[in-house]
Amino acid sequence: MSTLTEAPPPLTPTAPDKRPPRTRGRWTPYWLLLPGVLWLVVFFVAPMVYQASTSVQTGSLEEGYKVTWHFVTYWDAVSEYWPQFLRSVAYAASATVLCLLLGYPLAYLIAFRAGRWRNLIMILVIAPFFTSFLIRTLAWKTILADGGPVVGALNTLHVLDVTGWLGWTSGDRVLATPLAVVCGLTYNFLPFMILPLYTSLERIDGRLHEAAGDLYAKPSTVFRKVTFPLSMPGVVSGTLLTFIPATGDYVNASLLGSADTGMIGNVIQSQFLRVLDYPTAAALSFLLMAAILAMVTFYIRRSGTEDLV
Amino acid sequence: MAFSPSPVNWLKRHLVVIAGLLTLAYLLLPNVVVTVFSFNKPNGRFNYEWQQFSTDAWKDPCGVAGLCGSLSLSLQIALWATLGATALGTAIAFALVRYRFRARGTINSLIFLPMAMPEVVMAASLLTLFLNMGARLGFWTILIAHITFCLSFVVTAVKARVMSMDPRLEQAAQDLYAGPFQTFVRVTLPIAAPGIAAGALLAFALSFDDFIITNFNAGSTVTFPMFVWGSAQRGTPVQINVIGTAMFVVAVLFVLVSMVIGNRRNRRTA
Amino acid sequence: MTTNSTKNQTAATDGGGDVRLTGITKTYGSFTAVHPLDLTVPQGSFFALLGASGCGKTTTLRMIAGLEEPSGGTVHLGDQDVTALPPYKRPVNTVFQSYALFPHLDIYENVAFGLRRRGIKSVKKQVGEMLDLVQLGEQARRKPHQLSGGQQQRVAVARALINHPKVLLLDEPLGALDLKLRRQMQLELKRIQTEVGITFVHVTHDQEEAMTMADQVAVMNAGRVEQLGTPADLYENPRTTFTANFLGTSNLIEAEVDTRSGDDVVVRAAGDKLVLPGARCSAPAKAGGTVLVGVRPEKISLTHADDAGSVPEGRNRITGRISNTSFIGVSTQYVVDCAACPEFEVYVQNIDRDARLAPGAEVVLHWNPAHTFGLDAAQDIDAGVAEGEAA
Repeated sequence: MSTLTEAPPPLTPTAPDKRPPRTRGRWTPYWLLLPGVLWLVVFFVAPMVYQASTSVQTGSLEEGYKVTWHFVTYWDAVSEYWPQFLRSVAYAASATVLCLLLGYPLAYLIAFRAGRWRNLIMILVIAPFFTSFLIRTLAWKTILADGGPVVGALNTLHVLDVTGWLGWTSGDRVLATPLAVVCGLTYNFLPFMILPLYTSLERIDGRLHEAAGDLYAKPSTVFRKVTFPLSMPGVVSGTLLTFIPATGDYVNASLLGSADTGMIGNVIQSQFLRVLDYPTAAALSFLLMAAILAMVTFYIRRSGTEDLV
Repeated sequence: MAFSPSPVNWLKRHLVVIAGLLTLAYLLLPNVVVTVFSFNKPNGRFNYEWQQFSTDAWKDPCGVAGLCGSLSLSLQIALWATLGATALGTAIAFALVRYRFRARGTINSLIFLPMAMPEVVMAASLLTLFLNMGARLGFWTILIAHITFCLSFVVTAVKARVMSMDPRLEQAAQDLYAGPFQTFVRVTLPIAAPGIAAGALLAFALSFDDFIITNFNAGSTVTFPMFVWGSAQRGTPVQINVIGTAMFVVAVLFVLVSMVIGNRRNRRTA
Repeated sequence: MTTNSTKNQTAATDGGGDVRLTGITKTYGSFTAVHPLDLTVPQGSFFALLGASGCGKTTTLRMIAGLEEPSGGTVHLGDQDVTALPPYKRPVNTVFQSYALFPHLDIYENVAFGLRRRGIKSVKKQVGEMLDLVQLGEQARRKPHQLSGGQQQRVAVARALINHPKVLLLDEPLGALDLKLRRQMQLELKRIQTEVGITFVHVTHDQEEAMTMADQVAVMNAGRVEQLGTPADLYENPRTTFTANFLGTSNLIEAEVDTRSGDDVVVRAAGDKLVLPGARCSAPAKAGGTVLVGVRPEKISLTHADDAGSVPEGRNRITGRISNTSFIGVSTQYVVDCAACPEFEVYVQNIDRDARLAPGAEVVLHWNPAHTFGLDAAQDIDAGVAEGEAA
């Protein structure tokens, strides 16, 4: 994933002698690449171009659309839907932070403390994938149901008062509030955080902990100075794998949220599939893509892990 | 480490384990709910509140119109998408790891971008393409969309394996009179097989469970996730939970059995 | 030597089993890994390419195998020019560094791999014999990762040898083994080579390994062959400071040429007069010029200064003071501080130990002039020291 900034590799030095060059594999890479790259050009690059062109078209479903370089669509889209944009980023960012906070201990547990339970826990982390994520997300409706045990407990502990004051919940409800949406997002993308974290933690040589302890580091210092820095590649790819899909998600907001928790994905979906306002939908989708690419590039640069991702 | 029996110290030492297990519980809680509610007998159309125990749904998992049809359609699409994405992706992965050529950086970005994009963007752009081409939305558009977004994941999985392969193994094969084709079939492919299998498995899971991209490009065709989505609006039959539970159990059993077999085989040959 | 006839192995068999490298060179961009190199490996010999890492020895080996394309020059096996042949068409096999055994195939299939690729159907007898030769008949159905390092190494040898190559190339084959096993495998490889009579080209950074096993050693440094010869010849008559320092240890003294008397050259170093045979001086020894005078530490006798009178006439002698001693068991190593050379090394067999030879003692170092050699003083006097220590 480091390739956003990768320079073209130097050409292989060619032999200066006169013998005919051996044809060993000169064209092989191109033949190997051809079908897959062609596929991506037709079904990934071309659609992006179509989408960009659609976003500056005007017209109607009945009369057809024409490219009129109508950039005002972008302005209208932003001024109308900026709350959804902001909400998407805020929800996704909260979910990402929660995923990191929840996922790190579990990844650490699997990597260093699980012993012979390691494989079993690993299976339990991955196995939920096999139940359709929509079914599992619907289960949260039951878990967070009004008057259910979870809401009851939160109420008793006065957690809902705090979250209500923060605007995350309203009244005695968790369902149909931002909290429910973030909770669903966190749940859905948690494995995408845990797996890369585990991979990079597992690579750490256990003797490093002993060495650090031997050199007068307290367990908490060992974690801050050795373990966490070494797990940075996992943290970076985990946060990316969580944040990117969470920003575009509309399933959690639809199933667990309300009209007031709509994310940008919900808008794009309804513009495309229900309102059928293709230019606005295309413009929104294009903006979302640009925003995410910008954020991701900035993040990778800042975390200094261009080679690691 | 100094042993001290005070509960505060005990808590301190096991903090990570406790936190980890709580996260695991958070991850598994919905599956427990899905399983429990597969034995429910709901009042009305929605299966969100516990009423009474019943095994009706387990006795008749296909008892809801369209459910099993959508399941079989999802399996078919996942199978074909896996085949397509694995074939295309494996070839790209080999080219990227094993050869140096001009466009390498560009190709790498081309592979990375689909993964760095929210699904909804890819879904929307594919829909614009299909609309512009006047294509009829259905099985084929879903299949094309699935191959497209699975492709990059297959490339990544296979690339990791091929990169960790010792290039000397292929040189050894060449040294032992295997031509390029023989080398590929006898050495490269068998050793890369776990990576290819991992990529294929990932593609299958992604395709089978995909909703967002399918929702945009399916037209009136209904895959299993589409069916669940639809029922979330109209009414959730208990059978959905039955299918979800069954898939979970089958997957766990499959993994456990293959692990046991693997262990036993290792012990026998060791 | 049996030549399994495949369509590509048509090389002449009579007397033409030599490996001949002519002007062979390899460059990577602006870096030259191997400078134009001429080398002939006689048929049936055990030949070692010896050098520190990065000296171009492995690149040379890989060019013979066909795994690396030379930037210039030719490779001949006998009369056949194989320069343009890919590795799978060359009658040459390689024992790779860390073996490169196919992890997905068992030992039997690893060994049978080459035969099968050449379309030979009945491999059972040959594989069985080969596994017996390397004493692995019992392990035939195991996977490589289930074997020890030494066993894996023998599988790698068997896998290559079963093809009866014209030349067997060994790329640091013993590098991954511990010292004891390495010694054992050195003898084992030597035995196999004598038994099968195939030309072995062995790449190593371990000078002891090269000297124990090889008939001929080429010492390589920075992409060039420094010196070529039998192990004894290289050790006794180094022609460059690199060879002198890389192979064993040498005491090198900068000296001024005094006179030439008959076959001998007389030189002066810090007031001491030393004599060396003219035939053993590879430098132009003109009166007034400088040469590097060398002598190996084990050639030197050590006498306490009080007994200086007992030193026989006609020996080269230098006086100094012992600065350090270390007891090794079979011998004691002394470091002596002399005017001509601040760290003169002397190895003395522990036959009768003189208790007076302790640090601080004044001593006379003396040796037979015939054991002295002379080198060109234009070279770096420490060339090869660091490489020799690392190896």
